[in-house]
Amino acid sequence: MSIWEYANPKKFMQTSAWALPWVTGLAVVALVGGLIWGFFFTPDDYKQGSTVKIIYIHVPSAMMAINAWVMMLVASLIWIIRRHHVSALAAKAAAPIGMTMTLIALFTGAIWGQPMWGTWWAWDPRLTSFLILFLFYLGYIALWEAIDDPDTAADLTSVLCLVGSVFALLSRYAVNFWNQGLHQEASLSMDAEENVADVFWYPLLVCIAGFVLLFVTLVLIRTRTEIRSRRLKALEARERMA
Amino acid sequence: MKGLKKKRRIQVLLLAAVALVLSTALIGYAMRDGINFFRSPSQVVEEPPREGEVFRIGGLVEDGSIVRGQGETVSFAVTDGGATIPVRFTGVLPDLFSENQGMIGTGVMEDGTFIAREILAKHDETYMPREVVDALKEQGVYQDPNG
Repeated sequence: MSIWEYANPKKFMQTSAWALPWVTGLAVVALVGGLIWGFFFTPDDYKQGSTVKIIYIHVPSAMMAINAWVMMLVASLIWIIRRHHVSALAAKAAAPIGMTMTLIALFTGAIWGQPMWGTWWAWDPRLTSFLILFLFYLGYIALWEAIDDPDTAADLTSVLCLVGSVFALLSRYAVNFWNQGLHQEASLSMDAEENVADVFWYPLLVCIAGFVLLFVTLVLIRTRTEIRSRRLKALEARERMA
Repeated sequence: MKGLKKKRRIQVLLLAAVALVLSTALIGYAMRDGINFFRSPSQVVEEPPREGEVFRIGGLVEDGSIVRGQGETVSFAVTDGGATIPVRFTGVLPDLFSENQGMIGTGVMEDGTFIAREILAKHDETYMPREVVDALKEQGVYQDPNG
């Protein structure tokens, strides 16, 4: 069996209908558990005090803002190369979720930055590319709505997605290229020495898992809606012909 | 994209990706001075700013250099290990501001002293519980992550 079988809308609907309750349940458990653990059962940081607790929202939402765009990029490339409609619809479905994650990360970052850095906003390379990523999300959603023909819309938004990936990746790796910025380096990375104490690290991992599962849940729901709305349009078109 | 064969679509995508990476790298390299948020003290010494130029300077607050008690004015020195520049600032400092911590100031150079009009504290990526740090300090084994 090949993975491309899931690109068949019928197969996708069946599989996602089966998976959705499980993913939803896991997302709720991880999110509620991780946030309660992080907010109420972790100690204060030695420098930031209780302001540190904002990382349980800021870090996962910023990660998902970037990862959602990467997922949209992969889905767009599959659409351009293999012409699977479900793939194009999944990319369309993920955009508003990624945009919301970007907004959450921008807001929590500002709230953290005011007491810690002394400013809500600064034109730091990382912050700036994240803001541009947000604007790209807006443009991407608008472009989908602006074009009537669904295949043309999928083609053009795919190209926009490819261009926007520059800023999705820059907001993660900007510190490596322009190291004189205000934003600290990644709190979590696989290669670097561990700088986050375990008491903060484990609840953060649970929160990240929760945000990933939440994203998967929402994308599945929205993709199913898109598929259904397309079926509805096809039925209406057939009705008019008859 | 519609009229193209699959092989040609892949070729177009690869070409677009290469062009994007190249243009990003060129733009990023050419504008690195504008993209970098601040200048280090060494850079300021090497390339002195123009008369009255407003810029940002960033580095560590030198150990033992903070002098208070001049009303609302605080003076200290900012260093990156290579060069050290005295800074004067009038106003409220952010909570994280202290010796051996990162800071970024906006202002102008006047007679070798940086007159800051705004000071931001830079946070590192270290997160540790307060009790742990206190315990480490008690035992005398605490090492400042920036030190």
